[in-house]
Amino acid sequence: MDTLAIAAEADRLRDLFVTHGAQVVDADILLPADTLLDLYGEDIRGRAYLTSDPMGGEVVLRPDFTVPVVQKHMESRAEPARYTYAGKVFRKQDNDPARAREYAQVGFEVFDGRDPAGADACVFAAIAKALDGLPVRAAMGDIGILTAAVTGLKTSDTRKAALMRHIWRPRKFKALLDRFGGRTPPPPSRVALLAKADPLAAATQVQGLRSLTEVQNRIDALRADAQTPPISAEELDLIDELLAMRETAPHVLSRFRDIAVDMPAISKAVLALSGRLAALESRGIDLDNLEFEGSYGRTSLEYYDGFVFGFYATEIAGLPPIATGGRYDALTARLGQGRAAPAVGGVVRPDLVLSLQGAG
Amino acid sequence: MMLKLGVPSKGRLMDKTFDWFGSRGVTLRRAGSDREYAGAVDGIDGVELVLLSAGEIPRELAAGRIHLGVTGSDLVREKLVNWEHQVKELALLGFGRADLIIAVPDAWVDVDTLDDLDAAAAAFRKEHAMRLRIATKYHRLVRDFLRAEGVADYALVDSQGATEGTVKNQTAEAIADITSTGETLRANGLKILADGLIHASQATLFRGRRSDWTTDQRNTFKALSAKLDL
Repeated sequence: MDTLAIAAEADRLRDLFVTHGAQVVDADILLPADTLLDLYGEDIRGRAYLTSDPMGGEVVLRPDFTVPVVQKHMESRAEPARYTYAGKVFRKQDNDPARAREYAQVGFEVFDGRDPAGADACVFAAIAKALDGLPVRAAMGDIGILTAAVTGLKTSDTRKAALMRHIWRPRKFKALLDRFGGRTPPPPSRVALLAKADPLAAATQVQGLRSLTEVQNRIDALRADAQTPPISAEELDLIDELLAMRETAPHVLSRFRDIAVDMPAISKAVLALSGRLAALESRGIDLDNLEFEGSYGRTSLEYYDGFVFGFYATEIAGLPPIATGGRYDALTARLGQGRAAPAVGGVVRPDLVLSLQGAG
Repeated sequence: MMLKLGVPSKGRLMDKTFDWFGSRGVTLRRAGSDREYAGAVDGIDGVELVLLSAGEIPRELAAGRIHLGVTGSDLVREKLVNWEHQVKELALLGFGRADLIIAVPDAWVDVDTLDDLDAAAAAFRKEHAMRLRIATKYHRLVRDFLRAEGVADYALVDSQGATEGTVKNQTAEAIADITSTGETLRANGLKILADGLIHASQATLFRGRRSDWTTDQRNTFKALSAKLDL
């Protein structure tokens, strides 16, 4: 595709975000890899281009702008703030070689803790406006409802922490939930280990950094877990229901309110969703055409922990999402060394916007 | 134009490959002295033997510089992205068997499954402020496997040899390596996880999927396939 045309479209989108009060920022293309490795672990090596620099250690070709923009914001401490940027990002596409490995992104990020529902709606509406007239549909979800449900489970903190750690790995999350709920039995090796009077007797040849004390601590944790009653079938069913939810926005609220009767822990998150939907409606978003999916945003390697959304082409099959975004309060807390800055943002791909314009 | 067949240039893998082809009426041998990497083929016309390192055969197949090649199925999976799109398995040769596995110290009596490994990694990171290190040279295979199995909080550290010694030397907490009998692992105080088999590898005959073969090469391949009963 014509790179000049893509650059012109990127400028148009960025200028549009400027009219929403955003300040234009930029980020380095070559970033230190340690922050991303710390956040995402080895998985990032399958997703981004890492290389080593004899002077600077491991570096990465910018896989997105969010991390550097958050870092910049946390240094400036100016709040509230709105930012926009345009530039290329680089992603490995091992599983789908047909997809672009470098492409332009135009982003809009809002750091504002005063009115989270309003900030969510502001970002979504700005992107919806940028895509106005194109054949796209929007989908959304809310990771915050799922985390609230996990936090509210009537079970041990250890189990809740294990589930929270795997919120973004749906298969593992399900496997843990099934085990904690007694739907699947514990592995035979674990049963055998806990049946021993002195499991550590076999641990003669200690080597490496992981000490016998750590092994003992884990055995203690396994014993405690074996004594913990299973998560009730009712609670498991409610989680399944949350995850399987697929409704247009107006209907989703009543469904969630029904679930909240049996699972009061999600009430606050449902209230937040209701405030967000109202804020979207007041910005002219047609809720009847907005789909809510309970599992939305869980499979991507992302940092969203609340509102999540994406825009998809309706007439061209196989295109990546045209725009994606969401709330990432926890990421700012991790990058801000304890200091958090409530934040929500999204990105648009100008190359895909052009291909939709061409098709339309 | 000759049909180029890549075969590992030394050791048991070369000898056994020669045996496998020989028993099917295609004689492969090294030409000239033992130090020379030139080969000769008898029993079929139009095939050229190329002797090269087993680790380079996947790349040469994908690039089309050789048309057929014998190498370990583990090497093809590790070195080629979307290997099924680049090469095709023609025959499993039944030797050179080795399992790519994950092993941890014997003393970790609490760790027998990947689920245990994941839990231990989470606790290890809290305790030591670093991710649990797994030494390997099979970075892609191990990473894809651990991601699919939901293991987090680990780091891969590169080890191109003597991987079983990395735990003792405290440069890693666990390893992912190939083993055929498990003896070296046991000697180094390591045990294989019950569900830690990443790939059961063996010597395999592959063909490259590039379509730029000449008519001569296609005809030679047909004749060779018939002889080898592919």
